[in-house]
Amino acid sequence: MDGIVNHSSDIFVIGLTVFFLACIIGYYVVWSVTPALHSPLMSVTNAISSVIIVGAILAAGPGGYGVSKIFGMIAVILATVNIFGGFIVTYRMLSMFKKKTKTKKEKQ
Amino acid sequence: MSPNIVSVLYLISALLFIFALRGLSHPESSRTGNILGIIGMIIAIVTTLMFKSVLSYAEIGAAVLIGGFIGTIIALKIEMTALPQLVAAFHSLVGLAAVFVAAAAFYDPMSFNIGNVGSIFKSSLVEMSIGTFIGAVTFSGSVLAFGKLQGTISGNPIVFKFQHLINALIFLFIVALIVIFVLTQSSSIFWTIVVISILLGFLVVIPIGGADMPVVISMLNSYSGWAACGIGFTLSNNLLIITGALVGSSGAILSYIMSKGMNRSIISVVMGGFGGEQASVGGSDNSDKIVKQGNAEDAAYILKNADSVIIVPGYGMAVAQAQHALREMCDLLKKENINVRYAIHPVAGRMPGHMNVLLAEANVPYEEVLELEEINYDFPMTEVSFVIGANDVTNPAAKTDKTSPIFGMPILDVEKSDSVLFVKRSLATGYSGVDNELFYRDNTTMLFGDAKKMCENIVKALG
Repeated sequence: MDGIVNHSSDIFVIGLTVFFLACIIGYYVVWSVTPALHSPLMSVTNAISSVIIVGAILAAGPGGYGVSKIFGMIAVILATVNIFGGFIVTYRMLSMFKKKTKTKKEKQ
Repeated sequence: MSPNIVSVLYLISALLFIFALRGLSHPESSRTGNILGIIGMIIAIVTTLMFKSVLSYAEIGAAVLIGGFIGTIIALKIEMTALPQLVAAFHSLVGLAAVFVAAAAFYDPMSFNIGNVGSIFKSSLVEMSIGTFIGAVTFSGSVLAFGKLQGTISGNPIVFKFQHLINALIFLFIVALIVIFVLTQSSSIFWTIVVISILLGFLVVIPIGGADMPVVISMLNSYSGWAACGIGFTLSNNLLIITGALVGSSGAILSYIMSKGMNRSIISVVMGGFGGEQASVGGSDNSDKIVKQGNAEDAAYILKNADSVIIVPGYGMAVAQAQHALREMCDLLKKENINVRYAIHPVAGRMPGHMNVLLAEANVPYEEVLELEEINYDFPMTEVSFVIGANDVTNPAAKTDKTSPIFGMPILDVEKSDSVLFVKRSLATGYSGVDNELFYRDNTTMLFGDAKKMCENIVKALG
């Protein structure tokens, strides 16, 4: 079929398929998040959206010092601030959400 | 590594991200979820580092150390009250990173397998410019949101004539620029798109007032996801597409929940102009109404004689850092066998779930903290509602007064409880600029003062 011959459109269509399926997964997963944890949800999505670092590493990867490499390095720094910051802040928040019994024990 | 192994590893990492979000369905599973997210990120990064084209480990290592150090310090030092600003700042970084990655791909397309300099695939150029556009809008929008939340920029909405028309024209201009860019592959057009998109990001957030900040933050969260998606399409990277879509839909759902919590459409929030000090509606004719005022001793007496108390916290509690003193007060009440619970309105605070985090920080067990739908029917059976730093979310006008700007907004039915204690600094209106008739009712006692001091004084009076 034509689709197999035309390689670049193939990749795009696969991407689009993945995209819509991921949106649907996202829809159901996010609705199942308890409203009490909406702040950690924001900070953790913040952290994982920094997976854009994958692109940054590819740009910063090659030897030499082109413009593209400098951009890549800046993007790596920006993304890692987010990754570390996002996951640590989420960890801090989540460790506060404790059950009644635990809090009482801590106080005693 | 063979491309197939890479794809499988990226898939594992994407699945781990999905589980990270899934874990948030319950506080007990959430911590494991966060760890799965971290593992997913490590797999993604290590896999990418194994690429043949990636050679400069020293430089990348240095960049990771710098970024990691800054991120760790910020995350450890940040006060939970300042969480909304932090999240806004982080969103801006994602947006900016997307712009830089797109720029890198434009200047060195070979590293990304999207063609050669000057002859990049047309489809990649479209995806690249869309990613750049969303990234740049996210960046400047978040910077402005950060400024408004931090208080460096006034939280008042800035509205001017033809605002939406201008924004629409700028958007059309960007679309035209993208078309030219795809046809010419000119670097000056690329940077023009970046600059104009940054301008648009500012213009989009400028008319949105402080009260709408929960929606804005959620929207920017969503944008940062779509930006990652755009880059994912550019690089034909499924991991980025999946993650971007997850984040994008998460932010979109949060925006929906937040605007529903205010009974406003997302469109009207985006159009802006709501919420701010200058908007004063129907608040002028109350100078002659009588307000019953009380002090900490009165409050302690009323609270002590109740069987059941519901606390309604709002952003004012966060500003006054009163959550710890409040929890102490509630501990004393619980010792007297009084049933104490907390009622959280969806838009209390400046970001989704903000109040829950602040109460959790003060060691309030999460079982005692309930959402509006869970607790609203219990107000008629409650002796005392203790409203601390909240206002609009309790205003009965939302149910009765069709002319009120907050009409139709779901509210906590505190007026149905036997008596209401209002901790407030003054009779000033809330963010919506609407006067609250509850202040003037017979069963309402106003406790004027700083929320934290008031709680401490009530603790003294109870003790």
